[in-house]
Amino acid sequence: MPSCAKKGSTSQGEGSLQMKITVKLFAYFRDNRFKIEQREIGGETTVGDIVDSLDIDREEVGVLMINSRHTEFDVHPAEDDVLAIFPVVGGG
Amino acid sequence: MADKIFRVNMTDLTASVEEVPAAWAAHGGRGLTSTIVAAEVLPTCHPLGPNNKIVFAPGLLSGTIAANSGRLSIGAKSPLTGTIKESNAGGTASALLARAGCKALIIEGQPKEDKWYSLALTPDGVMINEETELIGKGNFAVVEALATRLEGKPGIITIGQAGEMRMSAANVSIKDPDGGLRSSGRGGLGAVLGSKKVKFITIDPKDGKVVIAKPDAFKEANRVFAKALVDHPVSQALGQYGTNVLVNIINESGGLPTRNFTQGQFEGHDSISGETMHDTIEQRGGRVKHNCHPGCVIQCSQVFNDAKGKKMTSGFEYESIWAMGADCCVDDLDKIAEADRLMDDIGVDTIETSVAMGVAMQAGVLSFGDGAGVCRILKEEVAKGTGLGRIIGNGAGSVGRAYGVTRVPVVKNQAIPAYDPRAIKGIGITYATSTQGADHTMGYTIATNILNVGGKVDPLTKEGQVELSRNLQIATAAIDSTGMCLFIAFAALDDEKCLPALIDLINARYDLSLTADDVVNLGKYILKTERAFNTAAGFTAMDDRLPEFFYNEKLPPHNVVFDFTGEEIDTFWDF
Repeated sequence: MPSCAKKGSTSQGEGSLQMKITVKLFAYFRDNRFKIEQREIGGETTVGDIVDSLDIDREEVGVLMINSRHTEFDVHPAEDDVLAIFPVVGGG
Repeated sequence: MADKIFRVNMTDLTASVEEVPAAWAAHGGRGLTSTIVAAEVLPTCHPLGPNNKIVFAPGLLSGTIAANSGRLSIGAKSPLTGTIKESNAGGTASALLARAGCKALIIEGQPKEDKWYSLALTPDGVMINEETELIGKGNFAVVEALATRLEGKPGIITIGQAGEMRMSAANVSIKDPDGGLRSSGRGGLGAVLGSKKVKFITIDPKDGKVVIAKPDAFKEANRVFAKALVDHPVSQALGQYGTNVLVNIINESGGLPTRNFTQGQFEGHDSISGETMHDTIEQRGGRVKHNCHPGCVIQCSQVFNDAKGKKMTSGFEYESIWAMGADCCVDDLDKIAEADRLMDDIGVDTIETSVAMGVAMQAGVLSFGDGAGVCRILKEEVAKGTGLGRIIGNGAGSVGRAYGVTRVPVVKNQAIPAYDPRAIKGIGITYATSTQGADHTMGYTIATNILNVGGKVDPLTKEGQVELSRNLQIATAAIDSTGMCLFIAFAALDDEKCLPALIDLINARYDLSLTADDVVNLGKYILKTERAFNTAAGFTAMDDRLPEFFYNEKLPPHNVVFDFTGEEIDTFWDF
């Protein structure tokens, strides 16, 4: 069962409560960054914060997924979540 | 010069050049092939018999400087599906046919004697020549031989051994600007050409040109149109990574059909991904960017070299790589490239044949992951027309029937492409309702279900899917009439300047005043015409369904089934 990702602002006591998540990058987002990385985030961190911290322009983001489901910038990842960040892509 | 209909009768071995009937004048590409097939082909005919016809039609904008306008539509009754069929491809033939003044080439009848022929089309008409030297040869040998045999750079349309042997997965190949091949892949049209004993067609327009009614308006519209294409980030991504960039995103979404449609994710996805392919191409000195026809600004194709730096294949697409990769569990890009090249040479649809291999693996004919086995079967069985080769060359449904397999992913007997309908429900509606059998390009909901292009519709629920598929199928039918590559659709869905510029291009070419409503009506007309043909051929709503296992077998990782009722699917046709 995938972890539930929480939308909106949630306070978990001190913002220093750390959770482990996995971040995956694809296509040219990998250039000068990484393919896959574990990182620790606080309860108040959003998907958008993570994108910003990677120096990725939000305008270039095409698709965001947590645990294989589409997600949004304002969502708060939960413990063990897998966040995938794709640039705008297409195909057939 | 005024466009004409070029007609070849293979029973009498005669050819004629005719005026365009009024009812056909406003059509091109798929709109024209479907109009002609619906008008002239008996829907109950045997697709490999004398009463089927095969129609080649450039698009409304083919042969002009309009960006991305070089697609050729080929239509007939399909020997694979039994429905009407249109399959389009790039290459140089479309523009050359348009410049030769050919609005459509119709090949009808069937030779009575066991002789083979080639056709040579020029603005004056079509010459029918007996052919012996190249019979039994693969497509690459045909292209190579004709390079020395003929003068100049004629367009070439050719079938491989599979088409000669009338296999239902046989494709029609079209030469590209570099001597590579583009495939009019789906539905076995190569078998129809083979049933008429035509091995290849050459096209030489001499000094023919396409006449534009309003050249200044045309140039300006093209400027806006081409800019919209080039500026769109999907176009740019396609140029850099090709369509194979989709492996990782579809895998991540849980909808990548794996191991004959038993899983939605493939362990070996990284090895076959667009990212890995991009790096491999660069390392080996291939070409990351490549266009399949002159005037394409997106350049999604590529040239993939082997480890020694020699060209192995081009037109190495997501569909082909998914099918041999994830569906057959082969995680070796080089093996997949070798198989891709073999399929291009033998002249079989890479989707149909690879999904057929997946069903064969399900049946135990060979093991999942046996890439060498796939290549062996292609070379030793399919190319040579052995019993096993013919079973596989007749497609996924054929393998399922021969071996008593129930997990056979087809609709109207055509293999389902690279998106599992349980995890991406919009494409399931397209597979079920398309007039052409399971087909992804006919109504590419992936754009909106997965890629967030043209809006967002959750792939995992039923809401909005029928409407999404309907709108896309109508729009696609219209675009397929223009000669435009469907990849303009990404820009057209997002950039509001794009579609009006496309309409301006058509209006300037022919001195018309079409509106967006006319485009929608064209799309609706095409779908209804095709459906009427299918109904007369014996198809009912019961054929607009997915195979049983999609309703019952849960697909991991989401553990979902396809849960549309028949009544819900049938609302697709409420227009």
